[in-house]
Order: sequence, then structure tokens, then C-alpha cells
Amino acid sequence: MGLEIAGAEIVVQALIDLGVEVVFGYPGGAVLPIYDALFQQNRIRHILVRHEQAAVHAAEGYARSSGKVGVVLVTSGPGATNAVTGITDALMDSVPLVVITGQVPTHLIGTDAFQECDTVGITRHCSKHNYLVKDTARLGPVLHEAFYIARSGRPGPVVIDIPKDVQIFKARYIKPGTIAHKTYKPQVKGDLAAIEAAVDMLAAAERPILYTGGGIINSGPVASQLLRELAKASGAPVTSTLMGLGTLPADHPQFLGMLGMHGSYEANMAMNRCDLMVCLGARFDDRVTGRLDAFSPTSRKIHVDIDRSSFNKTVRVDLTIQGDVGSVLEDMLKVWRARGHAPADLAPWWAQITGWRARNSFGFEQKGVDPSGALLPQKAIQRLYEMTKAKKPIISTEVGQHQMWAAQHFGFHEPNKWLTSGGLGTMGYGLPAAIGAQLAFPGALVIDIAGEASIQMNIQELGTATQYRLPVKIFIINNEYMGMVRQWQELNHGSRYSESYSDSLPDFVKLAEAYGWKGVVIDGPGNLDAGIQAMLDHPGPVVVDCRVSKLANCFPMIPSGAAHTDMILSAADEVGPADDDAKALV
Amino acid sequence: MKHLPPERHTLSILVDNEAGVLARIVGLFSARGYNIESLTVADVSDDHLVSRITVVTSGPPPVIEQIMAQLDRLVPVHRVLDLTALGPHVEREMALVKVAGTGDKRVEALRLADIFRARPVDTSTNSFVFEVSGSTDKVNQFIALMREVGLVEVARTGVVAIARGAEAA
Repeated sequence: MGLEIAGAEIVVQALIDLGVEVVFGYPGGAVLPIYDALFQQNRIRHILVRHEQAAVHAAEGYARSSGKVGVVLVTSGPGATNAVTGITDALMDSVPLVVITGQVPTHLIGTDAFQECDTVGITRHCSKHNYLVKDTARLGPVLHEAFYIARSGRPGPVVIDIPKDVQIFKARYIKPGTIAHKTYKPQVKGDLAAIEAAVDMLAAAERPILYTGGGIINSGPVASQLLRELAKASGAPVTSTLMGLGTLPADHPQFLGMLGMHGSYEANMAMNRCDLMVCLGARFDDRVTGRLDAFSPTSRKIHVDIDRSSFNKTVRVDLTIQGDVGSVLEDMLKVWRARGHAPADLAPWWAQITGWRARNSFGFEQKGVDPSGALLPQKAIQRLYEMTKAKKPIISTEVGQHQMWAAQHFGFHEPNKWLTSGGLGTMGYGLPAAIGAQLAFPGALVIDIAGEASIQMNIQELGTATQYRLPVKIFIINNEYMGMVRQWQELNHGSRYSESYSDSLPDFVKLAEAYGWKGVVIDGPGNLDAGIQAMLDHPGPVVVDCRVSKLANCFPMIPSGAAHTDMILSAADEVGPADDDAKALV
Repeated sequence: MKHLPPERHTLSILVDNEAGVLARIVGLFSARGYNIESLTVADVSDDHLVSRITVVTSGPPPVIEQIMAQLDRLVPVHRVLDLTALGPHVEREMALVKVAGTGDKRVEALRLADIFRARPVDTSTNSFVFEVSGSTDKVNQFIALMREVGLVEVARTGVVAIARGAEAA
């Protein structure tokens, strides 16, 4: 390795050494040398997207389904700014990415050169870390360090901005050994004394609940296994955030379903009435807590998180354990067994929970059946689940009502099967994420559950799936509204549906066919199963235009500014208009 | 949590001395809505690899705790110390204070400067520039008095601070 090679070759060689198999990107002037180096090798597969935002979401879908670092390559200026939404999405949802952006040559930086933008300035607050590499010799070490930072600790996106002259100039590249960063040292092991205290609190609790999140998925499949063991050992009920679905199987008897704004009644009531809350890799997001001063008022709280800044950010807790949630769960189980703890008598607590469960808060049939006989969106998703569950599908979503209905009515049984934009709530996430997941698992059934509005935000990616022969399925819950916007307008703005109607929709079947996909229409309950079957029978990519009841709302719901105990279970419970404080919340 | 009374805290942050680090720190404060009352930064190491940033901020205790945690997770940050919470420490700032006037006012300005151990570092027949250093309170008081005798303008460094005793904090 004594030979000097061009910066662009160093980039590609480092990616190969880091085990990268797939790069999502879009070429342009400032990255041409790297594209030239990619052309001259056959170890890394480049997936050409149709818009840089989709490159980042595809890398997210790849990363979240496979547990590997997703890699993106885009050009300077608009290439970088188009990637910003995806980078922010990855930061909010803790997805490990390395995003390589081209930059104008170093001597032109700051001159408002063609396609110049201050990429490190723009991405400083939407990335976990970023670099502007001004010296070719630094490229190798920076790339290896960037992967280490992206995947360790709380994962996140790392941006590397590389001026074009740095890609051209030559330097020596040596594959580094283990990365030991001088300042960045994530804490993996939890403090043992704190873990022992947590175990004793759990063993002594009369009304415990395990509140689990995406951190368990990020920790790796073993963490989900350990959660199942802790649930069994303690007998405690378990609820999950949107991001954590799949850590405990949906049909597990101790699973209360998702919690939060559109979570189950039993999960939210149990969070409110518990005497001990053990938060495992979740962050007390506002969708989860509802009104903060009414959040779980009688409980003691334990918070396990790898990111110290998640502690006491919005909710004060009684005990914090900083560390990787998988490692902490393992130690908790060891301590639990060493101390010979048996599950406490939780029968009275479970009896209460059974009472809440009996409200059947996700049961949609009894509330608001469309008088016109139109297909209920919840029913469509339930059938989609039942007809595909044997294939263990990977599900992505866009953002809105369909996303919440998917979270409520599609059962997840394993981690890494559920890809959704939780923190940032990015419409247009689902199709590119599905493409990324399909590349990681070519044989898997990958379905993007979409809305007719969201899907149009990255609809151009139909072409990407066609080009790489990816058999992605898109299941559009088409109610001709930006449904969640319309629902909030109904609840908070006197049903004045300002700009929330999806006018001038394309003919989705013809659109699908124009891109070489198959198109299927489901226009009522009568052909739901046949439509899903037609989608499954086709070996290639399929768009299903599933036309559903136009005015169905997503329930149960904690209205903005309300407490867990103030859930609306169905349209019949709808309260009057919210006050201004509540209206000001998102 | 944010309704508790605010406290003034002096934070000392050791960072990599490289381009963009100050922007990360300052940007974090503005992005998350934290206050900056003063900020100083300079290279403090032999090999020019480490800078010390001293930030005076204010907020309720949980917010101060959150500021510490947020700073600590920035990749180029070596250490974050809350000097106010750690205990005895020394805080100093320096000001250059320009005063113009003649006759009694000029004599009075010199007399007051002497009491505050402020040194004249520039003079003309009708003006002085004083160098004064000390606690923020002392500098404030000196500037307030100078207003009476012809204050023209002020430049201040902001607070620098260090823990007392033989050990590095």
C-alpha cells in the first residue's frame, strides 16, 4: 500500500475495506472522480435514484432492515441540499448513515462558485457529525472514523464533504486498524449499581410496565430476544413506541400494543396508572407523553439510554442507566437470576389491564362504518396483514393516517421489519425506504403502505425499482385527502378543509404501467382480497390503488395537549374545539 | 421543569482546536434556545490541538443539566465542566474603557481608576483608555462610574474561569 492513489480511489477502496456492498446516489460535477472510480471496480453496487432525498431514504431503509451502515453519494450544491431532509430524518430516528457529498475545489470555496453551498454549515445541526476534508491524505482515516461514529453509540448520519481537487490529488491509503477516537467514546456498559437498583425496583413493583423503543432495534436482534426474556422473568406488561414495533411479537400475551397519540387505550392507561415505568431505548417523545404535567403521575421511572442527553429532557426520572440497552438488559437478567427474583404477584394489575383491553380500542368495525359501504382503511390493512404474514414481510410507510393505521393493524413479530419515519415525519419516505430494504433482502416481500398524497412526494422512484428489477409493492390507502391534515382540521379548525383535498390525482394504474409496473385497483370491500392476491401473485413491482372511505379518522387518539386518560376512542367521543394552547401544539 | 428560577452557570468546555468547532457550540445554544451571556475561546495547549471555551449561561437547573449533556455528545468535545456546580473557582474578565473629558472630570476619572486598580493604557490630552480586570460585578461597577465622568465606549473580553486548587478540574 505504499503507492499513492487518487482521492477518489481512496474513497472507493475505503468503502470496500469497510464492507460496503451498496451505495445509493446521483452523479454530478463535483463527484465525477468518485463516479469514475466506482465505474472501474465491481465490488460495490451503485443504485441510481431519481432524486437525492430518495437516495438518503433508500439508504435508511437499507440500514434499518439490515443493521448495516447505509451509504449515500451525491454531488455539491443541490445534490447536498436535496439530501438534507433525509439526513435530518436519519438523525431524528437514529439511523446509521454515511453521506458523501462532492464540493467545489478548495480554492473556489467561499466564492459562490457553480453548485457551491456550505454543506458542512447546512448539515451541522442535522447530522451526528460532519467533515470537510481538505487534504487527500486525511480521506482514509476520515472515512473509517465516520463509519465508526455513524454506527456506534446512538447511531446517526455522518456527512463527509469532499472538494473535487481532494478527489483528484494523490496520497497513500493505509487500511486503519481499530478506531479509537480521542474524544468520542460511547458508553456501552451500564453502571452495575444502577442496574441492581433497577432490578430490585422491578421485582418490588406492583404495577410495572416496560416502555420500549427503537433503541432496542438499534442495539441488534439480541436485544429484542433479551427483552422477551425480561418480560417473561418479570411478568410485566410491555408497550412500544412507533419506532420499537417488532421488538416483542404483536401477539405476545404481555404486549399492550403501541402507546401514545394513536396508541392503544390499555397501553396509555397502563402508562398512566403504573407504579414503575422502565423506559428501554425510548425518549419520552411528545407523541408518547401527551400532556407532560399529567404524564404517569404516580410512577417511579427508570430510563435506560445510550444517549445521556435523552435523560430528564422532558420527563424527570428517578434512575438513569447510560449504556447500550442490549448490554443493560443482559446485565439486568443476570442480576435478576442471581438474586433469585420470581415474578411478583401482578394478578390485580393484569386484571385492571384486562378491563382496559376489553374496550377494544383498535376495534374499528363498531365505530364509523361508512354508510356508503365503502372499504374501511383499517380493514384493508388488517386483510393485507393476514394475507401476507406468513411471508414475514418488511413494511415501510409514508406519513399520515395510513402510517398510524399500519402501526395499529399490521402485526409485527420481529425487529427490523418496520420502516417508518417517526421523529421527522417525512412524507415520501416509504417508497425509497422499501427500495433500500428490497436491495438488502432481494427475496423478501417488501410493501410500502402509502397514502395517495405521500406517495406523490417521491413517486419518481418507481423508475429506480424498475431499473434494478426490484419487486417492491406499494399499497396506497387512497382516501383522496391528506387524511391526517383533514382529521386535525376537523378536530381543531371547524372542519374547514383548507388545501387538504388531493385534487387531480393521477390514474395510479396507468402511472404504474408507464414505469413498467403492474397496477391494481381495489374499489370496495368486494374485491379487497382479490386485489391483494393479484399484488402477491405478480412477481414484479405492483402499485395497488386501494380506494377507501374518504372521511374515516384515525382513532383512538389523544388530542393535542391532552393527557393519556383523555383518549378519544371513536368519533362519537369527539370533544369540542381545542383551546388555543392545545391548538398551538403540533 | 422549565418554570424553576434560572441560575447563572459558568461552563468550561475543552474542544478540538479545529475549524467549525465554535460554530457547533454556538449553533447548539441557538438551535435549542439556550442563553449565552458571555463566551470566550482560545487555544490553550502546547501543541495547539485543544481550545478552551468558557460560556456563561443561565437557566433552571434541569436546563443547565441538559446543556451539559448536549455539549458532551458533540464529537469534538473533550470535556464539559460546570464550574459553578463544581465549587470554588476564579472568574475574571477584562474591559478596555474609553473616557473623554477635561478638568475635574478627568481628575476624577483617574482617581476612580486608581481605586479599581484600572491602568491607563492610552492617553491624550482629553481622553484615557483604562484597562480594568476582575469579576464581572467589579467591571460592571467601574463602567457605571465611568458613565458619570465621560464614558465613550467599552470593549469587554467576556468571562474566563478556572477551578481553584492544584488539580486540573
